[in-house]
Amino acid sequence: MPAFPKKWLWALLAAAFVVPLLHPLLPDVVSDYRLFLVSTMIIAAIAVLGLNLLTGFNGQISLGHGAFYAVGAYTAAVLMDHLNMPYWATLPSAAIVCFIVGYLFGLPALKLEGHYLALATFALALAVPQILKYKWLEGLTGGVQGIVLSKPEVPFGLPLTEDQWLYYYCLVVMVLLYWAAANILNSRSGRAMMAIRDQYMAADTMGIDTALYKTVTFGISAAYTGIAGALSASAIAFVAPDSFNFFLSIKFLIGLVVGGIGSLAGSVVGGIFYVLVDNSAQALSTFAKNDLGLQFDLSAYTVFGILLIVLMYLMPMGIVGGVYYLARSLYSMRKPQAKEQAALKQRVSS
Amino acid sequence: MKTNRRSFVGGLSAAAVLSGSRAAFAQKKYDDGATDKEIKIGHTNPYSGPASSYGIIGKAEEAYWKSVNDRGGVNGRQIKFITLDDGYSPPKTVEVVRQLVEQDKVLCTFNTLGTPTNTAIHKYMNQKKVPMLFVATGASKWGNPKEFPWTMGYQPDYHTEAVIYAKHILANVKDAKIGVLMQNDDYGKDYWDGFKEGLGKEVGRVAKHVTYEVTDPTVDSQVIQLKDSGANVFFNISIPKFAAQSMRKAAEIGWRPAQYLNNVSGQVTTTMKPAGFENVQGVITAAWLKDPTDKQWDDDAEMKTWREWMAKYNPNGNLGDVNYVYAYSVSYLMEQTLKKCGDNLTHENLMRQAANHQKLRVPCLLPGITVSTSPTDFYPVQALQLQRFKGETWELFGEVMHAESS
Repeated sequence: MPAFPKKWLWALLAAAFVVPLLHPLLPDVVSDYRLFLVSTMIIAAIAVLGLNLLTGFNGQISLGHGAFYAVGAYTAAVLMDHLNMPYWATLPSAAIVCFIVGYLFGLPALKLEGHYLALATFALALAVPQILKYKWLEGLTGGVQGIVLSKPEVPFGLPLTEDQWLYYYCLVVMVLLYWAAANILNSRSGRAMMAIRDQYMAADTMGIDTALYKTVTFGISAAYTGIAGALSASAIAFVAPDSFNFFLSIKFLIGLVVGGIGSLAGSVVGGIFYVLVDNSAQALSTFAKNDLGLQFDLSAYTVFGILLIVLMYLMPMGIVGGVYYLARSLYSMRKPQAKEQAALKQRVSS
Repeated sequence: MKTNRRSFVGGLSAAAVLSGSRAAFAQKKYDDGATDKEIKIGHTNPYSGPASSYGIIGKAEEAYWKSVNDRGGVNGRQIKFITLDDGYSPPKTVEVVRQLVEQDKVLCTFNTLGTPTNTAIHKYMNQKKVPMLFVATGASKWGNPKEFPWTMGYQPDYHTEAVIYAKHILANVKDAKIGVLMQNDDYGKDYWDGFKEGLGKEVGRVAKHVTYEVTDPTVDSQVIQLKDSGANVFFNISIPKFAAQSMRKAAEIGWRPAQYLNNVSGQVTTTMKPAGFENVQGVITAAWLKDPTDKQWDDDAEMKTWREWMAKYNPNGNLGDVNYVYAYSVSYLMEQTLKKCGDNLTHENLMRQAANHQKLRVPCLLPGITVSTSPTDFYPVQALQLQRFKGETWELFGEVMHAESS
């Protein structure tokens, strides 16, 4: 997959930082609610990014990243609730805890390949909400009642609303994590990770410590998703086992596939896509019923499913892959034309 | 500024004091979500995900507001009922409720469903000072006007109900040894806490307390454990599927205790029939709504109106499903509350009127049960009546019991 052009990346980043400040000019367009939505997109993007490191770049399939997300969220919540830790300090803690959990889970996962690994992670996703309810952990996790938190307050008396601050906080975390991931992938270790994905045996023969790389990748991937979970705990200001049902893991997987497996930019697109389509699916289904006069109920999930199928059919490589190939084919279509024109000019002039 | 006599006279209406020029419109006051023509009400419900069976409540409420609009609305205003799916996932609830409050600018939210989902938005709604009325959960924490003056429950809370069972057991069963089956979540725990409180000093009478997870396939082993404990009273805190299973199993293994079943599973069609009528004779539960399958309400005027409404607005709805009765009754209360607000449709006045019902008769509640609220009492329905299963239906007995726990 191609790298995202740097120029565009900087322009996007600049826009991301400036747009929220337009609130006084366009209060309805840049509302707090919209910023909050974008924050949830960023959080989803970070989680998908974590999954992409594992699945897209290392070739290990996980159906259970919701579990690491939950562990990250609960780590942050418990630290804030019991130890009164400031919200920003919970991110490194959540990352470390999730790295350890991911690493440990990666050890037995070494023996499992493909579908078997998918099933094992699936079991993890199912088990975690139950474990959170377990009576010996109840004092810590609040059991089924969950933990109610406070939203991050704006520091240093900055003239921002809570949601604006949350947005910048999430954005900075994502930029840092994206930068770190890009650097990891662009290094010896990153090439080793991808070599393991592409040709496991060859990588092993070349002297790559496949067991180490696979487990560490698992740990890093879990840490990324855990950070996303910790951010979500701050953003929603509430954690409960019901927040981390199995659909969450599927949601990350959908984001990954739709955005583009093995593409960092694709992870971000995937995270944004999921939140966007999930929200518009219901609007679309009510629109179809009330305004188009559809006689039967079209559930939001049906609309969502149809959208997914259409998208996968049109862009089998995900959105980023699809856009790339579209751009390339347009470019190559234009090129011969340009040649012909040049030839024509030459003929005319001669 | 001097207060002259003229403005003093005008001061009879509060609005006139603030802006004398608008004295003509003094009676009409609006917050976001209300205009001369329309009132916007927000609602969340799980239409997808594990709890999607509750989705019919949202559909029924949508149908109710349609019927209100067909009648001409409330005080001439049409009701715009915006219902969104939260999939029973708290983060999603926060998202959609913020959409309702900040984008759609609703006057209030109404009957948002679920305990974890409502917990996630509890603080937010109270910070925004937007009424969060008649939430659809039986947890006991919704009636706390001191800390959360913008949130109000609706149905009798589980805690109160369990106290009533405990008192009844102590008064009626000799040498009670109690076995408790409980769903391991907030709903189960609310009952369990109330039950222990009701037993008071006699809490040692609980011989065995077993739990199950809502994802378990069966509760057979739990029922066997209860029997082995030698209990002669069975307090059953479970949802319909497990209630039916456990009562059937108890009969199968020849355990014949005095049975107390939580109101959550009090429906004939979803619990008692699958359990087998011969197995559930004499089971006691508490009720506050009229069960649509109960033959004694066949000629009841309120239930007749309800059936007519069902036929017109929910032609495909299951007439045996008590959720439709629930949705109908809670929507009626909301309609009456809006009516009482008159032309003063502000968040504050709506909350004041919601906390100002005196013995309001809401259709489909059991005879003798009414809605009363006050600035210190945010529990609208607080009365229950015990009933015993006989033949193929319930038989009410005793007095309507008013909870005194608040």
